[in-house]
Amino acid sequence: MGIAVNEWGSATDPILMLVHGGADFSRTFDVFAPLLADAGWRVVAWDHRGHGDSDHTHLYSFDADLRDAVRVFEAVAGHDPVAVLGHSKGGAIMTSLADAQPFRFKAFVNLDGIPYRRPGPDLAEHQRAEALGTELGGWLAHRRRTADGVRKPGTIEELARRRGTMNPRLSTEWLEYLVTVGARYDDDGWRWKLDPSMRMGGFGPWRPEWALFRMAGLAIPFLGVLVGAEEPMGWGTRPRHVEQWMPRHGRLEYFEDLGHFIHIEQPQMVADMVLEFLGDPA
Amino acid sequence: MITLRHNRVELALHEIRSGAGRPLLLLHGLGEASPDRVPSRAEAWAGPVYGLDFTGHGASTLPVGGGYTAEILLGDVDAAINHLGEVTIYGRGLGGYIALLAAGAAPDRVLGAVIADGPGLTGGPTEPTSQAVVRLVDDRRTPDPYALLELGRDLRPADYALDFVRMAVTGSDLDEPINVAAVFRPPWLAAVAAAPGVAGLDVPEALNLYAG
Repeated sequence: MGIAVNEWGSATDPILMLVHGGADFSRTFDVFAPLLADAGWRVVAWDHRGHGDSDHTHLYSFDADLRDAVRVFEAVAGHDPVAVLGHSKGGAIMTSLADAQPFRFKAFVNLDGIPYRRPGPDLAEHQRAEALGTELGGWLAHRRRTADGVRKPGTIEELARRRGTMNPRLSTEWLEYLVTVGARYDDDGWRWKLDPSMRMGGFGPWRPEWALFRMAGLAIPFLGVLVGAEEPMGWGTRPRHVEQWMPRHGRLEYFEDLGHFIHIEQPQMVADMVLEFLGDPA
Repeated sequence: MITLRHNRVELALHEIRSGAGRPLLLLHGLGEASPDRVPSRAEAWAGPVYGLDFTGHGASTLPVGGGYTAEILLGDVDAAINHLGEVTIYGRGLGGYIALLAAGAAPDRVLGAVIADGPGLTGGPTEPTSQAVVRLVDDRRTPDPYALLELGRDLRPADYALDFVRMAVTGSDLDEPINVAAVFRPPWLAAVAAAPGVAGLDVPEALNLYAG
């Protein structure tokens, strides 16, 4: 299976990996990454399986994403430690990798990728089973349709408008740009490259707080970034949820008025913060 | 052999014994495939008997690059149920766990799920542990080594398993839609076995019960 990798900056500079989130792709870093590259980093990002220009495949899972990530780390850096920034689900995947293979990390920035929200514990058992049943029914119905599923074609404006429902805080201009790099043009219009068999949300035995348990033990320099503005793709994690799980020498920054895609809303500010945290690349 | 489609995977559904009436659907254990003959403990089943090869097993598609979860296998069973209609399920090991998930997901169409000993019954840890991230030598044959790795350690917390028991019991007309026949009971299965609506008969007795 082919994994597409994009790079910005000089091939001889120290490596900084950028890891995108669910339903995103590496070209969503097209404005943010050059700011880091200009400061002396070789910025490397890849498209997760089924996303962007990477191949679509039969199965998708968190473990598979983790394994693909290791393949990219190996190809780019061997066993050498590198700086890593993960956004959203990319932050969660990297938290797992930093726990499983800490030798690969020089420093780790988790950009609003600390999951906390858990609908379960406040519900009575029968309500939780009911919620699971509803989610399960929707998921199985989706699986029955995916064999021949293709994405709906449209104009650049239409695809941007659709994505805008997930990214309400991002500008139309940016969303239309994303169509040109995250979609392909067929005879009947543009289609997002994202594998149509994938579905947001889902269910399973995994508990968000497990990522927190892993985070607590990280010994590498750690910067966690959380945001306050609610939006569909955000996880609603607030500092009070994670403070007790912060790595011992970790740093947590909170931006009340910014959204989940903080690096797209405020690329320069986030780049400056990351660069200050990482220090001199050399 | 009947070929079913689950997303990009072609699933092999074997008619092991033909007949009339409600089918018995056999779900194999981790690393196994559907048997050629009706297992002796299911010999008395009056209706037809089918066996489903899970994704990456037997004659079903071998996926590229792994990514298995128990929930994906539930999607496999959903495809089989959509083809067969109402069924009773007899699952070994991993297949027993998937039988539980299917009984919860489709309580109106799974008329009894029997969980028996077999490979892959345990699953992985029930709390976060550091996990090995490994790339396997893939010789493009079933059973898929990624299936053995990933489904051999998938997480099965007891409360998650119990959610499926509740869904099965709430949605089924049977008093005890799930039967734990397994002698070995890892924590998730011990919790299931102790739950209301779960019987503890041996396999022939349970199938006799579900045959009605």
